[in-house]
Amino acid sequence: MGKLNVTLCGIPMDNPVIPASGTFGYGYEFAELYDINCLGTFSFKGTTREPRFGNPTPRIAECTAGLINAIGLQNPGVDKVIAEELPKLKKVFHKPVMANVSGFSIDEYVEVCSRLDAEEQVGWLEVNISCPNVKNGGASFGMTPEGAASVTKAVKAVTKKPCIMKLTPNVTDIVSIAKACEAEGADGVSLINTMYGMRIDLKTKKPVIANRMGGYSGPATFPVALRMVFQVYEAVKIPIVGIGGVSTAEDVVEMMLAGATAVGIGAANCIDPWASKKAVDELPAVMEKYGIDNLESIIGGAH
Amino acid sequence: MNQQILTVTSNRALTAQVYEMKLAGDMGVFTRPGQFINIRLDGFYLRRPISVCDIEGNELTILYKVVGHGTEAMSRLTEGAKLDVLCGLGNGYDPSKSGENPVLLGGGVGIPPLYLLAKQLIAKGAAPSVVLGFNRADEIFYEEEFKALGIPVTVTTADGSYGVKGFVTDALPERYSYFYTCGPEPMLKAVYRKAVTSGQFSFEARMGCGFGACMGCSCKTITGYKRICREGPVLEKEEILWES
Repeated sequence: MGKLNVTLCGIPMDNPVIPASGTFGYGYEFAELYDINCLGTFSFKGTTREPRFGNPTPRIAECTAGLINAIGLQNPGVDKVIAEELPKLKKVFHKPVMANVSGFSIDEYVEVCSRLDAEEQVGWLEVNISCPNVKNGGASFGMTPEGAASVTKAVKAVTKKPCIMKLTPNVTDIVSIAKACEAEGADGVSLINTMYGMRIDLKTKKPVIANRMGGYSGPATFPVALRMVFQVYEAVKIPIVGIGGVSTAEDVVEMMLAGATAVGIGAANCIDPWASKKAVDELPAVMEKYGIDNLESIIGGAH
Repeated sequence: MNQQILTVTSNRALTAQVYEMKLAGDMGVFTRPGQFINIRLDGFYLRRPISVCDIEGNELTILYKVVGHGTEAMSRLTEGAKLDVLCGLGNGYDPSKSGENPVLLGGGVGIPPLYLLAKQLIAKGAAPSVVLGFNRADEIFYEEEFKALGIPVTVTTADGSYGVKGFVTDALPERYSYFYTCGPEPMLKAVYRKAVTSGQFSFEARMGCGFGACMGCSCKTITGYKRICREGPVLEKEEILWES
């Protein structure tokens, strides 16, 4: 069998598969279905300083080959995540986990990152500067190189663990934003978050989603995400977590060829709760089929 | 929850828009009436969550209304078709709280989960009565099936074309020990206002995953945030917070 292991920002992973934030809760719902230790790691639900209910419902709209969501960062807040969610997670997942952090101000990013940085089980911080579903949050920092740089600089100053900045595709030039993060010391970038989208109900003639717009994800976004990973790989030296429409082991390999060191699986978890496990299980056969002995050796292989 | 390939054993129209589908498989994962399944359909990205109407041995019955392209595709499935289905989702009704003579109040496609509930209530020795609400006479389904259980059945129609003119709340029995209800939200609110006992409500929601991962169907309750798909779809009267 070929070698599946990769190293992401200095931390070894058994394989590159990472269920993406917001599609995998804090892990334990999925641990009822299968042993989630088969995964490389997973990125837990985006965490803010205060508890958040999120947006009004409906929050979900179906699309051809994907869905739009406007959850709005529902989460119990960092205190409860540390006091209640992480201990539950620890019982079912025995590897370093990726802590996804969101915020509405630099102060909030700093506080939540430093709190989670101190947690033993946290391996990486994934700093979401790209949530499309909250006003004045996340994406307003991730939409300019200056904003992305300011969050990166601030969180790097208070953390010891690798900081991976999660980027939005809803920008003119994602490369310039990735470079701004790298310049301020980011240890990696993950891309892409969801793409702005909307649906209108023909019966009511109004937007399906209460928040009107949301983030589009699913297989239709894969070629866009792949292209952005490819472009960013040529511009930065830090590792990339490739996310966007990945559903199968073949998608994982393709994303790595574009330049991803590890690969997130998002929407697919919502329609098949076993999707991430299946991608891990099917990787050896896909590698054999395409003559790949060592997954780490193909990173950026398409360039 | 588990994932199964279920086989369609029958699929027939009950009214112009409402269909009954029977599916064969292993039904061991279901623990309560009022749970639901989530069906994957070729050509559609999200699954379709549909409440369970009945379980007999290895066969499950669902009733569904054709409201869009997905349910329209379901209506065209024939015997022998295979469906990828997540089974045993949601909390379901708790029959143990019923008391002696609970009333079951269903509106339109909210009626199906009350059928298995009625059977289980009868099996445990309770004497339920049922009120089924529709808009018009030509939309009525399952009246005979409920009557065949040997329990009192009242049908209401909003236009008065059959049974009691009005809504299910216009046909509440004089005395009842508890209530169980499912239907459109305006009906649930009317039941909430008018019912004199405690009871359980089953809610509908636009869902993403259907098993608690995506937070797409969250709602606020007296006892905190709940996911309709996971901590619901059944909520107790005392915990409900109406948003509007």
